[in-house]
Amino acid sequence: MSSLTTSAADPHARAFHLAVEEDHHPENGTLLGFWIYLMSDCLIFAALFATYAVLGTSYAGGPSQAELFKLPTVALNTSMLLLSSITYGFAMLAMAKGNKGATLIWLGITGLFGAAFIGLELQEFAELILDGAGPQRSAFLSSFFALVGTHGLHVSIGIIWLITLMVQVGRKGLIQANRRRLMCLSLFWHFLDVIWIGVFSFVYLIGVLR
Amino acid sequence: MSAASPAGSHPHGAAPDGHDMHDNEEPHGSLKDYIIGFVLSVILTAIPFWLVMAHVFKSPTVTAFSIMALAGVQIVVHMIYFLHMTPKAEGGWNMLALIFTLVLVTIALSGSMWVMYHLNNNMMPTSVMTQSNMASGAQDMEAMPAGDMAQGDRMDGNKMGPGEMGGMKMAPPASARDPRTMP
Repeated sequence: MSSLTTSAADPHARAFHLAVEEDHHPENGTLLGFWIYLMSDCLIFAALFATYAVLGTSYAGGPSQAELFKLPTVALNTSMLLLSSITYGFAMLAMAKGNKGATLIWLGITGLFGAAFIGLELQEFAELILDGAGPQRSAFLSSFFALVGTHGLHVSIGIIWLITLMVQVGRKGLIQANRRRLMCLSLFWHFLDVIWIGVFSFVYLIGVLR
Repeated sequence: MSAASPAGSHPHGAAPDGHDMHDNEEPHGSLKDYIIGFVLSVILTAIPFWLVMAHVFKSPTVTAFSIMALAGVQIVVHMIYFLHMTPKAEGGWNMLALIFTLVLVTIALSGSMWVMYHLNNNMMPTSVMTQSNMASGAQDMEAMPAGDMAQGDRMDGNKMGPGEMGGMKMAPPASARDPRTMP
């Protein structure tokens, strides 16, 4: 540690920079590690998609997709998530410029779009359950609630994470650690949008066709 | 990674644009990238909804395949413009992990659907299965017209009461057949 401080004052700053590079390595590892976590999450969703693909026509005399799904609501839901993706992108651009206020505003807007998505989804779930089409009604509905519910749970946790980061950025500013955290949440948030593409295409749109 | 270290030798905060500030971080896209990605996503989302809600194609199969193809394209668009996937990100490890995951996902999805589809077709309830087929074993059952069988099963399933599970009806023929087909 003492050699580091002396080398910082030294005109030959080579040794100092090597030490900084060592410091950077865990951050580099964070993003790769987080990406690998997302890939494992991808496998969870693959299992849920496969379950839905197998059980999606087992109605047990209950309602089918065409009777239950309201496509305008799904379209609204999808646009909420898509808008939240682009606003998160704007937050990242503001962060790259070092603009703390703009970052916080865009993060807040992202959170609101995410909350709107969750609100619409919970409303849809509540209507289904009140209509007697809850997860216990048929294998189709069990797999549907498991898949869409897991996605919704991810988005909810993403919103909590987002609020946490907003508080941290508000208190400590756009320090290196917060930038890294925001980068991870960016991956998480856009990844959830990718999963939702699969959900609205495979579950809702193709479901209504059956 | 080591080749990039001289470029990142200036201290933090020196570069106001932040672009070459963290040379070892994931590259964040430009405003143009995000706008292109967003416009493409809106188009690629709107088309499948329009296909279904306006009943553009007569055949549901054509519509279904179009939806899946558009979804695939949109996932790639998101990967490139929002997740900034490049073959070089994280020294190629990101892409390697992604490809590995895609292989696993493909095996899990196609394998599950394939296996379960055949299981559904080959384990029919007694009501749609004649005794001669029962006696002659599994080979003959595979040769039966699969489409009609599946249809019959679905009809039966729909007629079942709320508390009744499909598996309960299927269980007797399966257990009755087992001793005969076992070597």
